[in-house]
Amino acid sequence: MTTTSLFTPSRRRVLQGMGAGLMTAALPGHVFGQAAPLKVGFQLHRTGIGASYGRWYERTATAAATAINATGGIGGRPVELVFEDDATDPKRGAEVVEKLAGPGGVDLIMGTLFSHVVMGSAPRAGELKVPYLVCSEGYHVASGALNRWTLQPGITDVRSQISSMAPWVGANLGKKVAMFFPDYAFGHDHRDFFTAAVAAQGGEVIAQIAIPPTETSFTRYFPQVPAETEVIYHVMVGPAVLTFVKEMGEFYGTGARPQLFGFVDSLEAVDTATPGLEFLEGSHFWEAHPRVKPADAGDAETAYRAAVGVDDNGASVSDPADVATYSHMFSTWETLYFIKQAAESAGYTGPADRQKLVEAMEAISDLPAGPERPQGAMVFNGKTHQAFGVQNISQIQGGKLVKVHTTSMADGAYEDAVDYTTMTF
Amino acid sequence: MAFGPFLLLALIEGMVTAAVLSLAAVGLSLVFGVMRVVNVAHGEFFMLGAVIAWFVAATVPGPAWLAFLAALVIAPVLVGALAAAADALILKRLNYDPEATIVATIGLMYMIQQAALTFYGPDARPVPAPFEWRIQLPWFGTSGYKFFVVAAAIAVLLAVWALMTRTKAGLIMRATQVDRDVARAFGINVDRVYMGTFALGAGLAAVAAVLVVPIQQAHYLMGHDPLLLSFIVVIIGGLGSLRGTVLAALIIGLSDGVISMFFSPTLAKIIATLLVAMVLVFRPQGLFGARA
Repeated sequence: MTTTSLFTPSRRRVLQGMGAGLMTAALPGHVFGQAAPLKVGFQLHRTGIGASYGRWYERTATAAATAINATGGIGGRPVELVFEDDATDPKRGAEVVEKLAGPGGVDLIMGTLFSHVVMGSAPRAGELKVPYLVCSEGYHVASGALNRWTLQPGITDVRSQISSMAPWVGANLGKKVAMFFPDYAFGHDHRDFFTAAVAAQGGEVIAQIAIPPTETSFTRYFPQVPAETEVIYHVMVGPAVLTFVKEMGEFYGTGARPQLFGFVDSLEAVDTATPGLEFLEGSHFWEAHPRVKPADAGDAETAYRAAVGVDDNGASVSDPADVATYSHMFSTWETLYFIKQAAESAGYTGPADRQKLVEAMEAISDLPAGPERPQGAMVFNGKTHQAFGVQNISQIQGGKLVKVHTTSMADGAYEDAVDYTTMTF
Repeated sequence: MAFGPFLLLALIEGMVTAAVLSLAAVGLSLVFGVMRVVNVAHGEFFMLGAVIAWFVAATVPGPAWLAFLAALVIAPVLVGALAAAADALILKRLNYDPEATIVATIGLMYMIQQAALTFYGPDARPVPAPFEWRIQLPWFGTSGYKFFVVAAAIAVLLAVWALMTRTKAGLIMRATQVDRDVARAFGINVDRVYMGTFALGAGLAAVAAVLVVPIQQAHYLMGHDPLLLSFIVVIIGGLGSLRGTVLAALIIGLSDGVISMFFSPTLAKIIATLLVAMVLVFRPQGLFGARA
């Protein structure tokens, strides 16, 4: 009798197949590799509201990894970045942490920018006991809200940034300030810390105007600015910022208007010469890292721009319309070098050494300027898990951001709010 | 600022919101009225209109008004063609089953959104207004283009009204809306009517987007708010009723302008949503809807 079935496994065939499968599984994974790579998981805002940042974070971190690998890697091991999209979503963020730490098999995780994603992901990283290095500038790390496994070694937090702006704004622009800020944690940091910092300078915030994060039209808010306002302080994030500026221009016109001071977060990835932004001409912005290469920039700055592929105007060398998120993305570069420094001093060999790695990070304090830190020297506070550096103020002149002032480290100093080193792992 | 000018500014802002909203919502309402399809991808057709306007503005040389006029023609045609294709390839094959089409249009929404992210990118990009004309009032300044948006929206709405009530195409659409089987029995090609209606609805969303994009910017996630507000407007106005939709857009737009100016934008959204709940409880067919 013949069988008509296409697949009739005999006992022998099945056993043969199972044997072959077992043999394959038993093969060593990297027969030819000299040293297994150090795998750094990267929680990336590839899609969602943070996608412009994500694109540049990916480019900068990749450039840093290439540079590190070209000079011997981390402790003799090549560094491998494992990117995973979190859709700029806190819930997805926690899942990404799980995926990277579990099946992804990474040694540690870095790269998160948006504060709400950090807040949603950091607790999971703490539970999984995996080092989680954020590039977010939020005050959430140094405030003590997170855990021993979460650090921010590559960018100054927003509390320090804001505080360091107040002396210059009070001395040069005016004492009576009206603030526009987004109505969530990031904006509330601006509201609280700038109001306090201005008061310390003898000035006063006379209006605090909170804007819902999804707002697309702003004309309705301008009547709330008191007539005696000397400075409008604005920090808007998201796609609507051009509208904000344009409508402010329509509202005030060419007549008398208050001075403007903004955080460049509003204009990251946006060309300052965009039609509609003419109203910003002559106004001032905070920048962590000047987008337009300053005249006094050193070799480290030039090398960094070349490695990432950014021209002297702060746009992609291959597409002048592709403007970088220049005041934030250096944090991924500096964080990766921070990982290198800590992993080498800890003698890190694998996930079993994760606690040793965090302790080595906490022991770091001095972060001098150089190729590792193109934005400038920083100081890392091991107790608060937060790095502090200098900030810059730029003015828009002829449609370009021109650096006019660099703060001192002392301008942004504040008292420690937490000592993470006393917490358990 | 004194109360009078404050109110004036609130009303101007509210009128612009109402104008754009009424165009987008009429498109949604038409599709529901004639086809009984709840089009969740409506906001993405809106977004596509804005994105196409940006592409047209970037490629058409010459003055801004020329590119704007080109966008005003090209965007609705392209978006309408895409909608017609979606109708033929997806909705028709689902037999216009209400539940299935909701799920299908949700899928369509994500596909369009992600395609825009892939081909257009994550950045918000500005589109120049066809003319720069700033009106300086004694208390504040505003953009003359905003008045143009209101006027253009009224013109388009009048054209839609004329199409529906004064042409044979409108008569056929209304006949299909009342009873598709009887319409078919009278020799009306219902499939073609559906395809045309879906394209028209999407095209109206695209026109609204082209009008508003010089005030806002083109961004791949911009379809969410218009979708939500259009649903609110259509539910309040009565599903399928053009008159009700326009009236509801006026109510929502103006109250949004005034309430958010004098109190807070969040309160305006709360009240709009509350209004929807009230309408659903006390007048489920909407202000002007026919009882199902």
